[in-house]
Amino acid sequence: TTLFRSIFFRSMSKALVAVKRVIDYTVKVRVKPDKLGVVKDNVKHSCNPFDEIAVEQAVRLKEKKVLGEVVAVSIGGPKTQEILRNAALAMGADRAIHVKLPADDTEIEPLAVAKILKALADKEKPEFIFMGKQAIDDDSCAAPQMLAALLNWPQGTFLCDMKVEGKKVMVSRETDTGVQKLEVNVPCVLSCDLRLNEPRYAKLPEIMKAKKKPLETIDVKSLGIDVTPRLQTVEVSEPPTRQAGVKVATVEDLVSKLKTEAKVL
Amino acid sequence: MRTARFLLGKALVVVEHNNAKVSPASLSAINAATKFGDVTALVAGKGSKAVADAAAKVNGVKAVIHVDSAEYANLLPENVAPLVQKVQAAQKFSHIVAAHTAFGKSVIPRVAAITDVQPIPDVIKIVDESTFVRPTYAGNAISTVKSTKDPVKLLTVRPTNFDKAAESGGSAAVSAFDAAGEAGTSKWISDEKDESGKPDLTSARVVVSGGRGLKSKENFKILYELADKIPNCAVGATRAVVDAGFVSNDLQVGQTGKVVAPQLYIAVGLSGAIQHLAGMKDSKVIACINNDPDAPIFTVSDYGLQADLFEAVPKMKSLL
Repeated sequence: TTLFRSIFFRSMSKALVAVKRVIDYTVKVRVKPDKLGVVKDNVKHSCNPFDEIAVEQAVRLKEKKVLGEVVAVSIGGPKTQEILRNAALAMGADRAIHVKLPADDTEIEPLAVAKILKALADKEKPEFIFMGKQAIDDDSCAAPQMLAALLNWPQGTFLCDMKVEGKKVMVSRETDTGVQKLEVNVPCVLSCDLRLNEPRYAKLPEIMKAKKKPLETIDVKSLGIDVTPRLQTVEVSEPPTRQAGVKVATVEDLVSKLKTEAKVL
Repeated sequence: MRTARFLLGKALVVVEHNNAKVSPASLSAINAATKFGDVTALVAGKGSKAVADAAAKVNGVKAVIHVDSAEYANLLPENVAPLVQKVQAAQKFSHIVAAHTAFGKSVIPRVAAITDVQPIPDVIKIVDESTFVRPTYAGNAISTVKSTKDPVKLLTVRPTNFDKAAESGGSAAVSAFDAAGEAGTSKWISDEKDESGKPDLTSARVVVSGGRGLKSKENFKILYELADKIPNCAVGATRAVVDAGFVSNDLQVGQTGKVVAPQLYIAVGLSGAIQHLAGMKDSKVIACINNDPDAPIFTVSDYGLQADLFEAVPKMKSLL
């Protein structure tokens, strides 16, 4: 019966993977003239890079038959569907859920994100929720931990390695001084850091196949969750620009300036 | 008067420690929290009396809450967050603060969720008791936010932006508080320090970073050799060379990698792509070595050397 249970558990295991549509990392962001945000119109967007790592991790576990199903989730305006199709589903997620916000530039905070994802988790009952460690737009680094807390689940944050062992996950996480190892019960929320894996590039056949995969749209209003921001943005500004310094002629000059002028060597 | 109103608050700092000392990052958090008013330090741990006593002596700390119980031995967020919530329920702080470290980032959002508050992460400046400045887009847009709807402000502060509170000058009373129980959902196994002997990228005093100009995996050796000559120096890389497989991705500096701010950043054979600059432009001094005089990296460098890196780097090594 143990064998049966373990096969049963494995084949039934489900992961939710949350992905976010963000301004592409190669774009130089510019502050809007009203100084209340950054320019998003006609700017290249893509899947948050850390979320691609999360998708990759879940898909690999499915390929190893540790997981039975990978469900991608994203919260955002209409264009969020492109991310779900071209990133998550093309990379190997089985189906997707789009929690639709009114517009592509509607912003919601980690607290609201966590509440929405909790509502989906209550319905989908996954064993694992994979997320990127942070989104490269608001840089909050908060939603995975908040979701774990709302679900009263353990969290494995800043993951650089993991191994599923029955109803537990052996987690290696990046700390400020090295790597911490934890044993985390399933179900859990796992937030993925850079070293965990290198996400695959979805090839054309996968992108074509992804177009046919199921994608369910849920209007955020139907969830009855208040997504009004708690924080008010007073001002968004450009960081102080760094001035170019001097050009030095030789390696000797460089070393000497760093030693005697800048005093950093 | 603004300052008077400012100081009516009552702040709780969640202390990070190694069972012997208050962490340097927490000393910065304590100093930041004094801007709100009286500071209470929460020291949770197992066998952590020395830390509670040390916290009591930190300048600016007016009270220490000490909770010594097995479930806090490794400060797992699943256990610490409910404790913070319990302390908050009893003492009603206006602000709860921790450093924006792996610990603070793990605990504060969890506390925020269970108290239904939107946290304010990675604060670099405190404007007033409800207004905070924080970087977004890897520091390419600086956001000032005001928290007026939440009854308590929960923030993590970037340690490098606040001076450390002095470890003497305080004489706070230490009081015990009841533990909040073991969540039982996660178990600490080990903490492993990096074995290479190299400092961590984000805490190194000097970072030598290489880009596409290095041309191959083997050539990165010259950067390691240079780094060996400089105390507390780590090696970094651009996303382009990580993608090319020259180095592993834990060396990546940039918006999608690590954000670093060392005393000295030496950029070697890298052009200075936007996403790379986002990860290093807060370095105190930037030097670059590049054979392309038009490379954008020159526009942010304090010292720029136009030279063939394969000659300049070994030469630099020989001069150190």
